[in-house]
Amino acid sequence: MIWLLISLPLGAGAVLGVTGTRCNRLAPALGVAVAVATLGVAVAAAVTRPQSSAPLFAGMRAGLAVDGLSAFMVVTVAAVTTAVLAFAAGEFGPDENRGRLFGLMLVFSGAMLVTVTATTLPLLLMAWEVMGATSWALIGYWWRRPERVRAADTAFLTTRTADLGLYLAAGAAVAGGAGSLDLRALPDAPSPWLHVITGGVVVAALGKSAQLPFSFWLSRAMQGPSPVSALLHSATMVAAGAYLLLRLHPLLAATGWAGPLVAWTGAVTALFLGVVAVAQRDLKQMLAASTSSQLGFMVLAAGSGGIAAGTTQLVAHAATKSGLFLAAGAWLTALGTKHLPALRGAARTYRLLGTAFTVGALTLAGLPPLSLWAAKDEVLASAYAESTGLYAVGLAAAAVAAVYSIKALWYVTQPLPDDPEAGYDTERDGTRRTARTTPAPLLVLTFAAAVLGVLALPGPASWLKRLVGAPDEPSPKPWEVGLSAGVAFAAAGLAWWWASRPAPVPSPAVRWARGWLHLERAAHTVVVRPVLRLAWALAVFDDRVVDGAVRQVARGGLATARIAGRVDDGIDAAVRQTARGGLAGARLAGRVDDGGIDAAVDAVAAGARGLGRAARRPQTGLLHQYYAQAALGFAVLVLIVLLVR
Amino acid sequence: MLSVITFLPLLVCAILLLLPRALSARAYIQVWIATAAVDLALVVALWTGFDPGEGMQYQQRVRWIPGAGVGYHVGVDGLSLPLVALTCLLFLAVAVYSLKERQRVRSYVCLFLFLQTVSLGLFVAQDLILFFVFFDLSIVGMFFVIAGWGHGERGRAAALKFFLYTFIGSLALLLGFIGLYLAAEPHTFDLVDLTRANPLAGRGAYAGLVLLAIGVGLAIKTPTVPFHTWLPPAHTDAPAAGSAILAGILLKMGAYGFVRIAMPLLPGSWRQYALVIVVVGAVSVVYGALVALAQTDFKRMIAYTSVNHMGYVVLAVGAAGTLAGTDAQARSLAVTGAVTQMVSHGLITGALFLLSGVLYDRGRTYAIDAYSGLAAHTPRFAGVTAVAAFASLGIPGFSGFIAEFQIFTGSLASRTVATAIALTGILLTAALFLRALRSMFLGVPRLPQSIPTGGISDLERTETVPTVTLLAVALVIGVVPRWLLDVIEPASRTVIELVAR
Repeated sequence: MIWLLISLPLGAGAVLGVTGTRCNRLAPALGVAVAVATLGVAVAAAVTRPQSSAPLFAGMRAGLAVDGLSAFMVVTVAAVTTAVLAFAAGEFGPDENRGRLFGLMLVFSGAMLVTVTATTLPLLLMAWEVMGATSWALIGYWWRRPERVRAADTAFLTTRTADLGLYLAAGAAVAGGAGSLDLRALPDAPSPWLHVITGGVVVAALGKSAQLPFSFWLSRAMQGPSPVSALLHSATMVAAGAYLLLRLHPLLAATGWAGPLVAWTGAVTALFLGVVAVAQRDLKQMLAASTSSQLGFMVLAAGSGGIAAGTTQLVAHAATKSGLFLAAGAWLTALGTKHLPALRGAARTYRLLGTAFTVGALTLAGLPPLSLWAAKDEVLASAYAESTGLYAVGLAAAAVAAVYSIKALWYVTQPLPDDPEAGYDTERDGTRRTARTTPAPLLVLTFAAAVLGVLALPGPASWLKRLVGAPDEPSPKPWEVGLSAGVAFAAAGLAWWWASRPAPVPSPAVRWARGWLHLERAAHTVVVRPVLRLAWALAVFDDRVVDGAVRQVARGGLATARIAGRVDDGIDAAVRQTARGGLAGARLAGRVDDGGIDAAVDAVAAGARGLGRAARRPQTGLLHQYYAQAALGFAVLVLIVLLVR
Repeated sequence: MLSVITFLPLLVCAILLLLPRALSARAYIQVWIATAAVDLALVVALWTGFDPGEGMQYQQRVRWIPGAGVGYHVGVDGLSLPLVALTCLLFLAVAVYSLKERQRVRSYVCLFLFLQTVSLGLFVAQDLILFFVFFDLSIVGMFFVIAGWGHGERGRAAALKFFLYTFIGSLALLLGFIGLYLAAEPHTFDLVDLTRANPLAGRGAYAGLVLLAIGVGLAIKTPTVPFHTWLPPAHTDAPAAGSAILAGILLKMGAYGFVRIAMPLLPGSWRQYALVIVVVGAVSVVYGALVALAQTDFKRMIAYTSVNHMGYVVLAVGAAGTLAGTDAQARSLAVTGAVTQMVSHGLITGALFLLSGVLYDRGRTYAIDAYSGLAAHTPRFAGVTAVAAFASLGIPGFSGFIAEFQIFTGSLASRTVATAIALTGILLTAALFLRALRSMFLGVPRLPQSIPTGGISDLERTETVPTVTLLAVALVIGVVPRWLLDVIEPASRTVIELVAR
C-alpha cells in the first residue's frame, strides 16, 4: 500500500507531464482524479500504518513507513494537493500546457509524500531533491518570461546549496558507523560525526523552510502560478524542512547545541520575516514573507522539543495558507493585480472570495478561537519551557503576524474606490470573474483552517502527543493562552487603526524590510559574484596557462625538432663539405697526378726518347765515320789516362 | 562468446570493405545498426548468464607471443561487464543517430565498427599488452573520426592535438606496463597472474615510478586536471557521434584502468599515494565545474562537465585506497559509485553530446548566446535537453545521483575535507546547466541568423530514439538500481580487498 501511495502521484504525474499538451483537455480531470485517489490511499495508510523497505545501496535500504507523525503529514499533503489541483483545473485555460502543470504538481506532491514517509536518509534525500527540481519547473512554468525562469533558478540553487548539508550528513553517518542510514540510528553516531550529521541536517532543513538566511528564495518563488504558490507554501516544499526537524528532534537533542540554535533561528525568522511581511505592498509577497515567518514557529517548536505543537502548527498553517493563496490567485486571475492598494474593496466585489480571505486572514492573525491561535500557543508553551527569551521573541512574532494579516484584510475590505479599474490588469488581463472550480476547494480549506484548532484542545492534544511519540510535551497554561489572545487582539486593533492612516514616506528601515532584508543582494555579493568571477578567471587560466603550457611543450618540441633539424643540416653540410673536400682533393690529386707525376714520367720518357734519338745519330752506317768516331774515342781515352795518371 | 562479441563489428567492417561499393549510404548505416543490435543482444545474453559472485567469467586464453609473456586473454567481471554493455548500447544509439550521415558513409561506418571492437576489446582484455593495443587503436580510430568528419580545419588541428597528447599518455602507460613485466617472476603481462603475484609489493621507489607512469597515462585519457586540455577542442570540433563515443566510452578507458590495473596491481603504492589521487580528483571536480560555468560554447561546456564528472571517479578510487578511518562498507561504496558513475556518465553525457549535435545541425553554432527561447520552436528538443541536463546535474531518479551519492558517502569518512570540497561540484553543475537552459531554451524566442527562413525543426525520430533511450536507461538505473549494483558490488569488494593487502 505504501508503494501505491507514492507511485500513484509520481507515476501518473510523470506520464501526464510527458504527454504535455497532447491530452490537454483531459489533464485537469485526470490530475484531480489521481489526487483524490492518492488522498484515499493516504487516509487508508494513516489508519493501517503500512511499512516496507527495499535494498538500495550496499548496507542501505530504501525504507518507507507511516507512523504517527507521517500519518498527519500524508493526509495533509494529499488533501492540500487535491484542493489546489481542483482549483487549478479552472484557472488554466486550454491554451496553456495543462499536462505539464498537473503532471509536475503531482510529481511534486508525490516527492513530498516520499519525504514524509522515508525512514532512511538516501530515500529522503532523493525525494527532497526531486521536490527541489520540480519546484524549479513549476516556478518557471511560464518560461517565456526571463525573470520567472531566473526566479526558478534562484529558488533551486538556493535550496540545493542547503541540500548539500544532507549529502554531508549521509557521508558523516556512514563514517560514524550508522551505515544503514536509518533515520532512527543517526543520533547514535559518535562525535565528531554526530555534529557533522546534525549540522548538515539543520542547514538543509533551514534552507528548504526558507529560514534565515535563506528566506529570499521564497520571495522569488512567487513568480510561479498561484496554485503552485499555494502548494509550495503550505503542505509541501517549505513544510519539508520543518518536518525534517520535527522528525529528527532526537538528533537535535543529542548534540546540545542544535536544539537552541534551531529554536532561535526559528524565533528570529518568525519575528523578522513577520516585519518583512508588514512592509510588503504586494499581496503574494506579503503571504510569502508570512510563510517564512509562520514556518519559523514550526522550527522554533522543533528546536524546543514541541513535536506535537509543531505538527499542529504545520497542519493548521497548511490549510490556512493554501486557502489564502488560492484567494489571492483568484483575485489575480479576475482583476489582473496582486498589488494591495489596487485590491481595495476586492472582498466586497467578490463576496465568496472575500469571506474565505477574511476567515483565512483572521486565522493567520492568530485570533481566537481560530486554529493558528491555538497552534501557536502550543508552540509558545514549548518555547517557554525552553527559555523565557524564546517565548518573548515568539510572542512578539505572533503580534507581528496579527499586524500583517489585519493590514491585508483592511485593504481588501475597504469600500471600492471611485475608479477601481485604474489599478487593475497591471500583471495580466483579468477575467473579472472567478472560475467555477474556485469555491469548493477554497471553502474546504478555509473551513479546515478555522476549525483545525481543535487539535490543540486538551483531549485531542494529548492524543496527538501520544501519536507523535511526545506524551510529556508541555501544554499552554491559561495565562499564556490569555496573554497571547490579548496580544493578538491588541496588535490587530492597532494594525486596523494604523492602516487607515495615510502612508508615510518609506524610511530606509521600511525599504530594507520591503526588500526582504536585502538578503538576495547579500547572497549575490558574497557568493554568486565571487564564484562567477573565479569561474571566468579559471577559464582564462585554463586557456592561457594550463593549455598554454601544453602548447609551450608542443612548441618546445617543435623548436627542439627545428634545432635538431638545423644540427642535422649542419652535419649534412659537414658531410657535403667533406665530400666537396674529397672531390677537391681528388681533383687536386688528379691535377698533381696530371701535372706532376705524369709530367715527370712524360719528361723522363721524352728525355729517354731524346737520348735515344741522340744515340741514333752517330749510327750512320758509313765506315769512315765509325772510324773517325773510334779514333776520337781512343784519343779521349788516352787523354783521360794521361790526365789521371 | 566474448571474442565473438568483441570481433563481430570488426568482421562486419572487413566484409563491408571487401565488398564493392554497392550499397547506398542508408544501407551502410542499417548494416551498422543491425550489427550493433546483434552485439547488444549478445551482451544481454551474456549478462543473464553472468553470476556476480563468481568473479572473472567467460575467460578465454590463447597463446599469442609466449616468448614475451604476452597472451590473448579475455574475460569479464562486475567491473567490466557494465562497461561492455554501455559500449554496445552507446554504439547502437550512435548508429541510429547517424542515419542522417551522408558524407563518405562507408569509411564512417567502418571506422565506428572498428572503434566498437577496440572499445569492447579494451574492456574485456586481461592482458596488459592486449589492453595497450586496444588503448592505442582507440586513439587512432578516434583521430580519423575527428579529422575526417569534424568541423573543417579546426577539426583536423584538434584531432592532431588529441592524437599526440593521448598517444604520449599511452607511451607512459606502456612504460609502466614494462615496469610491471620486468618485476614479475616469471615475466608476464597477464593481468590475472600479475594481480595474484602482486609483483611490486615492497619495492618502494620502483613501484612508485611504475604507478606514476601508469597514473599519468590513465590520467591523460580520463582526463583529470591538469592533463585535460586536449578534451575541449577535441569535443568541440568532433562530429556529434564522435563526441558521444569519445566522452561515453573512450574517457572510461582511463577511469577503468584505475580500477582494473592501477589499484589491484599496485596496492601498496596506491595506498601510499592515495592522497595525491584524491587531491587530483577533488581539484578536477571543482575546477572542471568552475571552468565549465564560464564557457560560452554549449558543447565546450559539456566537455568541461566531463572533467568534473570523471573527477568524482578519481576522488572515489583515491578514497578507496585510504584504509584509515574507514570500514569496508565505505570503501566498497566508493568503488561501486565510481563504476556506476562511469556508466552513468556514458549514458547521460552521450545523450547530451548527441543533443548538441542537433543544436549544431539546426543553427550551425554552439554559442549559447546565439539562441534564446528555443523551447517555443522545438519543444521536444528543449524537453529532452532539460531532462538530460537535470540528469547530468545529479538529480535523484537518474543514474548520476546513484553514482554520486555512493561516491560522497563512501569517500567522506577517509577524505573528509576533499570530499566536502568536491560536494560543491554538484551545486556548480546545477548552476551551469540552469544557466544554459535559461539562456538557450527559455525566455523570449530568438534564433541565430544562420537558421534558414523555413524555421527550425524539432527532434526527428532518428534523434529522439537514441537520446531518449539513453536517458531512459539512466532513469531505470536511477529508480531501480539493484540490477546494476548487484553486478558491480561483488567486484568492487574484490578490488578493495586487493588494495588492502
